[in-house]
Formats: sequence, structure tokens, C-alpha cells
Amino acid sequence: MSGYEWILVIGMALITFAIRYGLFAVGHRVRFNPWLSQALTYVPVAVLTAIIVPAMFMPDGQTLQLSLDNAYLIGGMVAIAIAARWRNLLATIAGGMAFFFLWRWLRG
Amino acid sequence: MSSRFSQTLSGARDTLPMLVGALPFGIIFGTLATSSGLSVAATLAMSALVFAGSAQFIAIGLIASGTGLVVILLTTLIVNLRHMLYSASLLPYVRHLPQRWRVPLAFWLTDETFAVVHRHFILHPTAEQYRHWYFLGSCLAMYSNWVACTLVGVLLGHALPGMANWGLDFAMVATFIGIVVPALRTRPMLVAALVAGAVALAAHGLPYKLGLMLAALSGVVAGMLAASLSSHAVDTQGAADERV
Repeated sequence: MSGYEWILVIGMALITFAIRYGLFAVGHRVRFNPWLSQALTYVPVAVLTAIIVPAMFMPDGQTLQLSLDNAYLIGGMVAIAIAARWRNLLATIAGGMAFFFLWRWLRG
Repeated sequence: MSSRFSQTLSGARDTLPMLVGALPFGIIFGTLATSSGLSVAATLAMSALVFAGSAQFIAIGLIASGTGLVVILLTTLIVNLRHMLYSASLLPYVRHLPQRWRVPLAFWLTDETFAVVHRHFILHPTAEQYRHWYFLGSCLAMYSNWVACTLVGVLLGHALPGMANWGLDFAMVATFIGIVVPALRTRPMLVAALVAGAVALAAHGLPYKLGLMLAALSGVVAGMLAASLSSHAVDTQGAADERV
């Protein structure tokens, strides 16, 4: 492991542990400011969507690809439809990936 | 003794469905991490020491695109903040325990274990003396599965070097879609997602992946605004519209 990798892994580990352990360490019943706890509930959806959307629309990270040749976009749409209909994580991953590879193969 | 063991076992057993979901996720992480430039040792160390799937995926995505260390660490902080909510919800069940219990249980607290353990504690409110062993059982199942899957992924990636170009990174997109879409049950949540996605596209050109940070922040603010607008609309139905 390079020095960079040590800092990366240890840094991520410390940050993650601090978030998970902070309240356990104190042990008092903590009352979140309702404003803050409401804000926190939106964080996972906001962060994950901010990752998903560019990955679908700009698979190369540079240019907008609004075309049927963009398997990431088409596969993502299918995954969204599956997730909305069945709310099942495993079905979404399996169905989305199957369609993604099928589409790539058909258009490639 | 046997009560501790049976609690541990039932915690692990109730976590089984979650293991099935995490299995491909872990394997793909191992494969992608080494192909995006992380060494085998660092990949395994990350799974063993950080133990946070989505943050690990995002980190290797950022590494592959040449993002700086500070941005990666800051992104880890934002992406993992949700665990603070989990620990707040589980606090009543662990606060009586000594630190030698609280430290490992906190380290192993994931989305999956939270979902299983929190549900179990709510369904079984009678104070079972050894129920922290149930928590431990779920943790051990998730952790061993995650580290083992990462190793399998690393080995697979090694055996099939072309795997990096198969488009397996789409698995991450599909997984995140599977997490996000079912969470969009309320209008403010939907607004948060739409705004975050739009800002992420519009701001992708910003340096240091600031677009991601800006998009996440905009999504949270938009969700809160939408929530306060709709609750305001309900609260003041029939009342005068003098308040902004």
C-alpha cells in the first residue's frame, strides 16, 4: 500500500467510525434539533441521486449522451421502472443489469 | 451461555436476505476497485476498516476520475452522515452496555444491520438480557460476507482482466436506483431527488467534484422547502395567507 492509500483508507475509516460511534460514545439520550434530523433524512436520497443521474446521462463523465446507444441511460430507466413497480432491490439489480447487457449486445 | 449463542444465531439468520443483496455489490466492488487503480491490499483494507458499501463505491469512482484526497474524504463524510440517524435510533438499546460493546457495534453499524436490528427490537420490546448478542450476530454476518465478497471480487478481477470494460460499473447505478426509488414515497423526497439530479448534471463541470456536493446540498434544501411548504399548506388550511 502506498502512502496515499494509507491516508485514504485510514481517513475514510476514521470519518465513518466517528459518525457511527459519536452518539454511542456519549450514551445520553440525544435530542436532535428537529430541523437537523429532517435535513439528515434527505441526505441519502440526495447524495445517491447526484451520483446516479450523471452516471446515466454522461457515462464517460464528459458529454451528455441523450441517445439510444447509451446503454447506461436505457438500462437505468428500466431499473427505475422495476424499482418503482416492485420495490425489490435484488430484482432491480438483476433486471437492470440484464437489460443493460442485452441492450449493449443488441446495439453493439 | 446458550441464550447468548441463540441470540447471535437468530441475529445472523434474520440478516440472511440482506446478505443476498450485498453479495453482488461486494464482488463488484472488489473487481472495480482494483481496476480503478487501487492496490489489492488497499481494496481489502478499505472493506475491512471502512465497511461502508456506498461510500466505498463512490470513493473508487472518484479515484478513477482523479479526484483529490480531501474531496474524497469530504464525500465520505456526507455520504455516511445517515448513520448518525441510525445510531440515534438504536441508542436506547445500547446505552447500558460497556464501551467494549458499544465500540464494535458502532463500527459494524450498516444500513442492513440497522434495518434488521431496529425492527427486531421494536417487535420484541421486552428487555431480553442478551439481545445485544442479536445485534452482534447481524453485524458478524454482514461483515464476514462483505470482506469475503470483496476478496472474491479481487480474485475474479485478476483472473479476468477484461472485466473492467464489461460495464460492470452499471451494477452500482442499478443498486443505488434500487435503494433510492423505493424511498421516494413522499413529494418532498421526490423533489429532493429531482433537484439533486438536475443540479448534478448542470454542475458536473465544476472542479474537484464540487458538483456532487452542490447537488446533494441543493437536494436537501429543496426537500426541506417542499416539506415546509406542504405542511404549511396543511396547517393553515382555511386560515389567512398572511405568512410567507
